[in-house]
Amino acid sequence: MQPFLHRYQTFFHQAGDLTAFMLRFFREVVKPPFEWREIFYQCYLVGYKSTLLIGLTGFIMGAVLTIQTRPSMAGFGAVSLIPGMIAVSVVREIGPMITALICCGKIGSRMGAELGSMRVTEQIDAMEVSAINPFHFLVVTRTVATTLMIPLLTILTDGIALFGGYLAMNIHDVTSLRHFFTAGMAHLDFVDIFPAVIKSFFFGYVIGIIGCYKGYHASRGTESVGIAANSAVVASSLAVFIIDMIAAQITDLL
Amino acid sequence: MDQTNNTISPTTDRAVQPQVEKLPANGQQPVIVVRGLTKSFGEHEVLHSISLHVKKGENLVVLGKSGSGKSVFIKCLVRLEWPDCGTISILGKDLDSLNYQETNDLRIRIGFLFQNAALYDSMTVRENLAFPLRQHKKRMSAKKKEALILEMLDNVGLVDSIDQLPSKLSGGQVKRIGLARTLILQPEVMLYDEPTTGLDTITAKEISELIVKMQKKYHISSIIITHDMICAGITADRIIILRDGIVYAEGSYAQLENSQDEWIRSFFDFSDNINTAQNATGK
Repeated sequence: MQPFLHRYQTFFHQAGDLTAFMLRFFREVVKPPFEWREIFYQCYLVGYKSTLLIGLTGFIMGAVLTIQTRPSMAGFGAVSLIPGMIAVSVVREIGPMITALICCGKIGSRMGAELGSMRVTEQIDAMEVSAINPFHFLVVTRTVATTLMIPLLTILTDGIALFGGYLAMNIHDVTSLRHFFTAGMAHLDFVDIFPAVIKSFFFGYVIGIIGCYKGYHASRGTESVGIAANSAVVASSLAVFIIDMIAAQITDLL
Repeated sequence: MDQTNNTISPTTDRAVQPQVEKLPANGQQPVIVVRGLTKSFGEHEVLHSISLHVKKGENLVVLGKSGSGKSVFIKCLVRLEWPDCGTISILGKDLDSLNYQETNDLRIRIGFLFQNAALYDSMTVRENLAFPLRQHKKRMSAKKKEALILEMLDNVGLVDSIDQLPSKLSGGQVKRIGLARTLILQPEVMLYDEPTTGLDTITAKEISELIVKMQKKYHISSIIITHDMICAGITADRIIILRDGIVYAEGSYAQLENSQDEWIRSFFDFSDNINTAQNATGK
């Protein structure tokens, strides 16, 4: 009974701590000095350095989706609807989710490990005693970078996934790129694109802030760096699913 | 070097431990004054009513076994740890009365050298030194910043390592760069957390001599946390020994070395190098 209660207490303590950490971001992000140089560097690491992985995943995802869907659609004589189906499912759901989950693994773990390592080796303390606000320099810059870059990566994933779908479509059928995209876009509405873009900003925010939170609060010891990286991935992935569920409910009302 | 303080009669009984801060008799205002500092972690009381002062230009060495609360004490001075009770005044500022911005303004005037130097490992040596300047000396020209970086690296004899990453440096070099980075903001007070830990005897002696050299050059007051007697021998104007969270003894190196208390003397017995080191610096 005691360990069970202790686990509950720890969970609520961490949840409260994380909430305070997330709110602190909004207080600090508007405070000067703005670390533009560090923000651009983090945008480069989060955005540019992820394009290959994101692009490859998006391409495979679009192609596989088309290949797997085609037999069922062909059975209904609805092959011409494949571009629209691919476009809607990729833009509304699969593109943002796959991008976010890959970023949880790639970026969330990197931030957890990096900040965890800085905590263990007292680099964060060194900033603090040098009168440099480590939250402002480390957490704000990284979270701003993920919040801005993940929507862009999502748009990239969507585009490449549609291109992958187009190539896969041409395995059995013949269609032009222009026709495939025109047919796909014809099925997309404002309520498909807008909520998807908005939720990807939230995905970016939680991936950044949770990755930073886990690293920033790593305890002393090398083991904690691994724990920070691991728990950053788990917690941010879970947060992405929860946000997606809430977004789906809200979109449903539109 | 000031060696006028008398050794406090040591006692392990907290109830009768004097713990009374003795301010300088000449009326000179001390740069650091600590009164009744107490810090616990859970049930474990690490520091019990510590009181001490550091005079301007003085090197105070805090000795003690591992786990005696030395590092916790020094971290309380820069608010990396918060004491349970007691007051700390540094450079005339009472830490309890300062808000976040005022604390940071004071921190700029205090240098802190971490046990492992805590260099930013993603930055080169130049970037490590430039980082505090970029944050706090925004109006300083790039040329002046570069000159200051080179001066600090010259002080520690590592100008050639300017473009290297910390991972490429030896333990002694990392400590020297850490010292250079700390000194670049020209602090009035320096706090050293075990500056010679993990170094060989020769390098430890070099670092200790560097600390004294920097103290003389920039007229810095310092607190040096250590359990390295060579470092203590070279750097100390005055020594305080912590035991079980209290100030167990206080005095000059020579006074403590000749103490009647066997436990105090045990700090000084094991190393034959100390006399050599002391002779080298004339202490």
